[in-house]
Amino acid sequence: MNYFEKDLTTLHDDLVAKRITVTDLVKATFDNIATTDPDLKAFLALNKDAALKKAAEMDEKGIDADNVLAGIPMAIKDNIVTNGLTTTAASKMLENFVPIYDATVVKTLNSKGIINVGKTNMDEFAMGGSTENSAFHDTKNAWDYTRVPGGSSGGSAAAVASGEVIAALGSDTGGSIRQPASFNGIVGMKPTYGRISRWGLIAFASSLDEIGPMTRTVKDNAILLSAIAGHDDHDLTTSTKEVPDFAADLNAQTSVKGMKIGLPKEFLGEGVDQDVKDAILAAADKYRELGATVDEVSLPHNKYGVAAYYIIASSEASSNLQRFDGIRYGHRSKDVKNLEDVYVNSRTEGFGDEVKRRIMLGTFSLSAGFYDAYFKKAAQVRTLIINDFQAVLKDHDFIMGPVAPTPAFKIGEEISDPMTMYMNDILTIPVNLAGLPGMSIPAGFAKGMPVGMQLIGRPFDEATLYKAGYVFEQATDFHKQTPKQGGNN
Amino acid sequence: MASRIDQDQVQHVASLAKLSLNDDQLKYFTTQLDEIIGLFETLNEVDTEGIEPTSSVTDQINVMREDVADNWGQHAALLANAPESENGYIRVPTIIDESED
Repeated sequence: MNYFEKDLTTLHDDLVAKRITVTDLVKATFDNIATTDPDLKAFLALNKDAALKKAAEMDEKGIDADNVLAGIPMAIKDNIVTNGLTTTAASKMLENFVPIYDATVVKTLNSKGIINVGKTNMDEFAMGGSTENSAFHDTKNAWDYTRVPGGSSGGSAAAVASGEVIAALGSDTGGSIRQPASFNGIVGMKPTYGRISRWGLIAFASSLDEIGPMTRTVKDNAILLSAIAGHDDHDLTTSTKEVPDFAADLNAQTSVKGMKIGLPKEFLGEGVDQDVKDAILAAADKYRELGATVDEVSLPHNKYGVAAYYIIASSEASSNLQRFDGIRYGHRSKDVKNLEDVYVNSRTEGFGDEVKRRIMLGTFSLSAGFYDAYFKKAAQVRTLIINDFQAVLKDHDFIMGPVAPTPAFKIGEEISDPMTMYMNDILTIPVNLAGLPGMSIPAGFAKGMPVGMQLIGRPFDEATLYKAGYVFEQATDFHKQTPKQGGNN
Repeated sequence: MASRIDQDQVQHVASLAKLSLNDDQLKYFTTQLDEIIGLFETLNEVDTEGIEPTSSVTDQINVMREDVADNWGQHAALLANAPESENGYIRVPTIIDESED
């Protein structure tokens, strides 16, 4: 199956018209994976038997012509629990963990007829921006196998960008959907905090984590968000707001005429590659050409986002990851003489360095005598960051800028330098701190590598981002360019 | 540059977090954590006098639901994830240090 020639709608038409059966589609998807994944290494586990069984059942039953997701194979990030299918969060700690329930998003997708073909690689517990923190293996960038796919949803991004699958789920705590989407030239949406249930998402930082779709086109992304969004009694931070049919508004009449777009000067500052700046400035001109206005705005506290984030996210992580104690599930050390050893040795053996670093940073920030100076201070700065966005979005429909300061870097280039790695998140982190929707769409190339543009909207206004993303996509051809097989672009 | 966190403090933090560090790791993490805490301290430039801290951005407040148990009857599947089990219970080592017998 050549997914580069398809989107969800045309695939659905093929299934309804019986030009292809679900079984053939699923087999073709596993063929794609068999061809590409030995080198790309986007997957941690495949779900072949269950996928083929479900495909056969769906072929038997027939495809519902009104359900565009029926029979569509999809990949799921490995920090989203899947009933009966090993879910590791790319950690040794959970190497043999088999969930006994489905995450709400998985349950929803299953009920709509999506076929889960496998679990994708990621940075351990979603901590990282290169997928090099996976305890199992690195994943390659779909465009250049010597470069990182970004992270933490690097496996999902590479799987979609390489054409192994048409769509995948990722999660985003500080940029983990948008940055790998940018690095691989695909569309990634981090929805508003509370838009999608986090029930069954292995918790990293609960006030920031959000699940979202990763696709090749804006419309496919919109279709998937409408499918998985909404209130869930199992996650009481989910909003009861109605979920629009986001894709319904994406058509030949969709326009950005009269829209006001803010381009923060801080997003094009020091540390941002000239090629990336050029792509974003060209995109701003394109929006002007399409009838929108783009003016320079300011987010004065943006530069403090990274510091505030690494305090808040690490503090929440140190608390969330206390549950991994070697008792009820997960890795238990063999080298134990007493109960304390079970805790300490299991955690020491089960967690990788980045996870340990964040647990210690969080434990430090929350510890007696440091709480006010670090955690409380960061939570106050978070308020100021939110206020900055509110001020701009009061009279702008959305904000545009780069996703990341650079295109994908080389594997091994930054992994030993956590500070540099953390600073890469400077343009995505503030969006999580403010709980806003943020989307990455393809906006150009820098020396052959994709460059993503980030669109940031008002709370629960993903609709405007999809419209603006769709109009840009229709007016450009960046999303139509595809990596060569083997990643030798 | 004055260090912001020393090896004793890192050792203390690691023990609070139930992690154990060998000498090499202690040095390595101390250097890195010190640098990152230096980044944290840039927040001191920001005037936060009178600013309310934000701990969550959800629009839902005090949502109540019935306390109903679901997904019952998976005792065996749950126990299969336990590192050690016996007679339907999770088995743990004795709490008393066996090395001091």
